[in-house]
Amino acid sequence: MQLIHCPWCGPREEVEFHYGGQADIAYPERPAELSDQEWAEYVFYRDNPKGTFAERWSHSAGCRRWFNAVRDTHTYRFLSTAKPRQKEVRV
Amino acid sequence: MTQTNPPGADLPEHPDFLWRNPEPKKNYDVVIVGGGGHGLATAHYLVRNHGITNVAVLEKGWLAGGNMARNTTLIRSNYLWDESAAIYEHSLKLWEGLEDDLGYPILFSQRGVLNLAHTEQDVRDSVRRVEANKLNGIDAEWLGPDEVKRICPIINTAEDIRYPVQGATYQPRAGIAKHDYVAWGFGRRVDEAGVDLIQDCEVTGFTVDGDRVTGVRTTRGDIGCGTVALCAAGHTSVLLDQLGVRAPLQSHPLQALVSELLEPVHPTIVMSNAVHVYVSQAHKGELVMGAGVDSYNGYGQRGAFHIIERQMAAAVELFPVFARAHLLRSWAGIVDVTPDASPIVGHTPYENVFVNAGWGTGGFKATPGIGWCFAHTLAHGEPHPYVAPFGLDRFTTGALVDEHGAAAVAH
Repeated sequence: MQLIHCPWCGPREEVEFHYGGQADIAYPERPAELSDQEWAEYVFYRDNPKGTFAERWSHSAGCRRWFNAVRDTHTYRFLSTAKPRQKEVRV
Repeated sequence: MTQTNPPGADLPEHPDFLWRNPEPKKNYDVVIVGGGGHGLATAHYLVRNHGITNVAVLEKGWLAGGNMARNTTLIRSNYLWDESAAIYEHSLKLWEGLEDDLGYPILFSQRGVLNLAHTEQDVRDSVRRVEANKLNGIDAEWLGPDEVKRICPIINTAEDIRYPVQGATYQPRAGIAKHDYVAWGFGRRVDEAGVDLIQDCEVTGFTVDGDRVTGVRTTRGDIGCGTVALCAAGHTSVLLDQLGVRAPLQSHPLQALVSELLEPVHPTIVMSNAVHVYVSQAHKGELVMGAGVDSYNGYGQRGAFHIIERQMAAAVELFPVFARAHLLRSWAGIVDVTPDASPIVGHTPYENVFVNAGWGTGGFKATPGIGWCFAHTLAHGEPHPYVAPFGLDRFTTGALVDEHGAAAVAH
């Protein structure tokens, strides 16, 4: 188990958190104009890199807020975490 | 299971010869990327069913050293949907004759599987799956708690535990096989037929001409190919990224562990979806246990300890005799999970590249079945009817095969 740095609460144990998958998946701006393939990609397709990955996590057993993290999927190490739309990041 | 010999006494001796370790040739008719169970089985049925022997199996590590070496060896076909039942039952029938086909012991032991139900809704879902299985000609029964206790006496069927056993589905033909022996059996067979098993050979890229791939770049040089077959399980996304192809795959660590060797206490396989544990006893006597996947994406072949802790808590509640067993070792395989918990098999945007991925937590049981069907797909350039429902296009058409319920391990 590792410590994850919640941007509001500080470092807490992994069991307090919930994983939310890839970060920055935006709802389509013009949904009516999407092709079936584009809908499939919005609903089902996510990146799956071996290495650095921008993700969403929720501090579900703490402040219950969502935040963004950058994590290495090979080492599992968190490289940074940040509040939504926050420029500065903290490790 | 009636076992008269001491545990491990019926294990065969290791053979003194396994397979050649050849240098890669310049060209092959078929290059299979991934030397695990699926890659080896595909090579076997290319030879056996289609007479195609100019084949290389490329393995970045050692043969069958990835998920094939890390799985929990369960074999069953009690899936809900017709599409899944067809491929997994085809596979189970092949398992039943595989030892003769390979001429090699694989210790296939049909000791049955119990899938426990803990709530009223579990019971309804389970009975529904039993009826669906029967309609597909798959052996399945619904058992009450007393019958569960009769088949597996060490299960705690008391009514006052947190997740009381309300009953179970039972597939008597389900079983386990010795995973390493399965890989070695396939490996020896295809090696004898002239297939090149090339280890320490990581694919680092592809050479492309229009919508065809003409060769694979590897750490042991460039290799030309007529057809490329991707059988890389959790690392399929890494390969597809090199081709500029996206697929709805997410790679997660799936943890498992074994206890020290124990006398035979556990005569069947027990799975519980609700409490995230599944258990069988290996031929030598280890209790082999698995949990659900860790929630986050990972390629590290290890997972978080709290998953094991939760799994052990569930296991000890269901099997109080396990409380004194010692953990011998734990590990994780990297499983490739799809949104509908079903595999992706068939065409890619490149006309001579075919993919076999997305088996999630259930790839081992499919080994001979997918080998058979994927070899057919490669030989004919069209998916075998059993894998046709599992094309990448189903995420666009919406014809999903949603098997989260029967996959039985939390995806």
